[in-house]
Amino acid sequence: MEIATKEKPILAQEGKRFFKFILSEFKPKGKLITPFNIFAAIVISVGVVLIAIRFLTGLSSVTNLSQEFPWGIWIGFDVITGVAFAGGAYVLTFMVYILRLEKYHPIIRITVLNGFLAYVFYAGALLLDLGRPWHVINPVIGNSFGVSSVMFLVAWHFMLYMMAEFIEFSPAVAEWLGWKRIRKVLAGMTLGAVILGITLSTLHQSGLGALFLMAKGKIHPLWYSEFIPILFFVSSIFAGLSMVILEGSISHKLFHKRLSREIRHSHNDILMGLSKICAGALFVYFFLKVLVFIHEHSWTYLNTPWGYWFLLEVAGFVIIPLRLYMLGYRNKNFTLIKVAAVLALIGIILNRLNTSVIAYNWQNFGSYVPTWMELEITLTVILVEIIVLRWIVNRMPILSESPAWALSGNVRDRVQKIFLVKEKANKEEKEQWKVSTM
Amino acid sequence: MDRRNFIKTIGVVGASVLPARSLRSEEIANEAVEFKGILVDTTRCAGCQNCSVVCAESHELPEPDLDEMFEINGNRPTTPDQWTTISRFEVGDEEIYVKKQCMHCNQPACATACPTKALLKTEEGPVIWRGDKCMGCRFCMISCPYDIPKFEYDSPNPRIMKCVMCWEKLNEGEIPECVANCPEEAIVFGTRRELIDQAKSRIYTEPDRYVHEIYGEHEVGGTGYLYLAGVPFDQLGFKNDLGNVAYPEYTKTFLYSVPFVITLWPAFLLALHNATKKDEKDVEGGM
Repeated sequence: MEIATKEKPILAQEGKRFFKFILSEFKPKGKLITPFNIFAAIVISVGVVLIAIRFLTGLSSVTNLSQEFPWGIWIGFDVITGVAFAGGAYVLTFMVYILRLEKYHPIIRITVLNGFLAYVFYAGALLLDLGRPWHVINPVIGNSFGVSSVMFLVAWHFMLYMMAEFIEFSPAVAEWLGWKRIRKVLAGMTLGAVILGITLSTLHQSGLGALFLMAKGKIHPLWYSEFIPILFFVSSIFAGLSMVILEGSISHKLFHKRLSREIRHSHNDILMGLSKICAGALFVYFFLKVLVFIHEHSWTYLNTPWGYWFLLEVAGFVIIPLRLYMLGYRNKNFTLIKVAAVLALIGIILNRLNTSVIAYNWQNFGSYVPTWMELEITLTVILVEIIVLRWIVNRMPILSESPAWALSGNVRDRVQKIFLVKEKANKEEKEQWKVSTM
Repeated sequence: MDRRNFIKTIGVVGASVLPARSLRSEEIANEAVEFKGILVDTTRCAGCQNCSVVCAESHELPEPDLDEMFEINGNRPTTPDQWTTISRFEVGDEEIYVKKQCMHCNQPACATACPTKALLKTEEGPVIWRGDKCMGCRFCMISCPYDIPKFEYDSPNPRIMKCVMCWEKLNEGEIPECVANCPEEAIVFGTRRELIDQAKSRIYTEPDRYVHEIYGEHEVGGTGYLYLAGVPFDQLGFKNDLGNVAYPEYTKTFLYSVPFVITLWPAFLLALHNATKKDEKDVEGGM
C-alpha cells in the first residue's frame, strides 16, 4: 500500500512518457514514398475492399472454392505452407536454448519474430476462409470441445504457440519500452515458453498433415500415406531453416544500418551451419519419402502424368536443394546456399499444395484454380506482415544490439570477446601495415 | 434367527435391492437405444422423385427441378438446395433409380473431424448439424468419404447442408418425410438391426432379384442407410474402394500419440537443456 501511494505520481509520469513515446514511434522512420510503399498501398487497399466483399456476400464472390474443392490456396498456401515456413522459430529455439549452440544466438530474435508474425498473419488468414468466423471462439471457450478432431488440436496449438512465441519475443518489447523490471520477469519465462513452443510445434506441424488422414481415397496415392504427419514434421525443419537463410540474407541487405556488430560478424558462419542442418534434414526427408513410396507400393503410378509431377517435386525440389546445400557448405559458396534455400522452399510449396489442393480429388473431373482475388488477398496478407515486421525491426532491438542494461553477463562477454578478437585483428593488420611500409 | 426377523431382513434387503435393480434396468434400457436407419431397395424405386419434393418442402428448400434427372445418366450429387437426389442409371436395357443422400455412418468421419461438434452423431442414429456451433471450416467436407456435406458459398452466413434424417420429426415419434411419402415402399425406416434382417430375408426369398450384398452393412464401419440392388453396386455409382474400416480410425494413431508427446517431450527437452549445461554462469535464460 505504502509503495502504491508513493509510486502513483511516478506511474502517472511514466504513463505520460509511455504514450508520448508510442505516439512518436508510430511516425514513419524512412521515406514514405518509395516504390515498395506505393505498391503495397495499392495492393492492400484493393485487398481490403475484396475482404469486405467476401464478408458481405459470401465466399463464392471472391474465391473459386466449390463443393468438390472446399479448401483452396487460403488454406493450402497461407495456412499450411505458411506454418511450415514459420518452423524456423521452433528449430532455432531448440538449437539455442536446449542444445545451447550459442553461435545461432544473434539471429534468434529475428527468427522468433518472423515466426510469431507468420502465425498471426498466415494462421490468421484462416479467419478469412472460415464461413462462420464469429464462432471461432466455440472450440476455445469449451461449450463444444470436439476433442476427437485434429482440427481442434491444431486450432488450440496455434493459439497456445502464438502466446509462447510472444513470450519468447517479449523481452525485446520490454527493452524497446525501457521496462527493466518487467524485462527480467519476461526473460525468466523464456525457457518455459521455448519448451512449450517446441512441444506444440512438434504436434501441430505434424497435425497439419494429420488433417488429411481422413481424406483417404481423395488424395492421390503418391501423396497420401498414413505417414503424412511425420513427413510434414520433418519437412518443416528444413522449410523453417531455409526461410531463416533467405530472410536472413534479405534483411541483411534491407536493414543493413540496424545490424548489430554480433550479427555482422557471425552472419556467414551461421549460414554455413544452417545449410549443413538443412542438408541433413533434407536427407532424412528424402529417405522417408522413399520409404513411404516403397511401403505404399506406388510403383504403378510412377509412369503417369501424376507420377512425373511427383518425380519433379522429389527430384527437382528435394534432391537438388539437398545437393546444393552440401556443395554450398563444402565450397563456402553463399550463392549456392541461397539458391538451395529457394528451391527447398518451392519444394515445400509444391508438396503442401499437392497434398491439399492439386492432387486432392484427383479422380474427379473438376479442378480448382484460384481467382486473381484469392491471390490478391493472399498478397495483401503477406504485405501487411512485411510492413509490421519492418515497423518492429526498425524500432525494437531485433537485429540491433540490446541496450546495455539488458545484456546478461554471458551475452556481454560474448559480444566483448568478438569485439576484442576483431580489435586485435585490426591492430595486427595495422601493425603489419606499419611493418610493411617501414 | 426367528421367522419374524428373517422376514424383516428379507424385506429390508429386498427393498434396498429393488431400486438398485430398477436403476440397472434403466441403464440397460439406455444402452439398448439402437441406431435408426433407412433401407433403400433400388429394385423397387420407380424414380418418381417424390422423396426429393417432400424433403425440400419439409426443410424449406427451393423446389427441386425434376427434369434434371433425365438429362444425366449417372450420379447426381446432392446440393445445398437438395439434400436427397434420385440418380438414373442405364444398366443394360433397364433404368435403375438410386436415392442418394447422407449415409449417416455409424462412426462418421464428419462428426469426428468437426472441431466444435457442430456435426453430431445422435444416439438415435441421424448425423445432425448445429448452426450455433459450426465455424465453417469445411473440414467435414474434406473428411466425408461420400462427399455429402455441402456448403453455402454464396451466403454471408453459410450453413452446412445435408440430410439429417428428419431428426426433429423422429423426436416427435414420427418417421422421416421421404419414407412416409414413398409410393412404392422402396424405402423403409427402422432400427439398423431390423433393417439388416429384413434386407437379408428379401435376398433369401428372392435370390435372383438381388445382388447378395447389403451396401452399408460393413462399408466404412457400417452406415445408417442400407441399400439393396439388382446389379453390382459399382454400376450404380457406389464407391467400392472405401474399405470396412471406420474413418475415425485413420486419425486415431495420431491423436493417441498426442498425450505422449505432450507429457514426455517437455521432460526430455528439459533434461537435454540441463545435460548441455556447461557451467553455472550459463543458467540464466533470456535472449
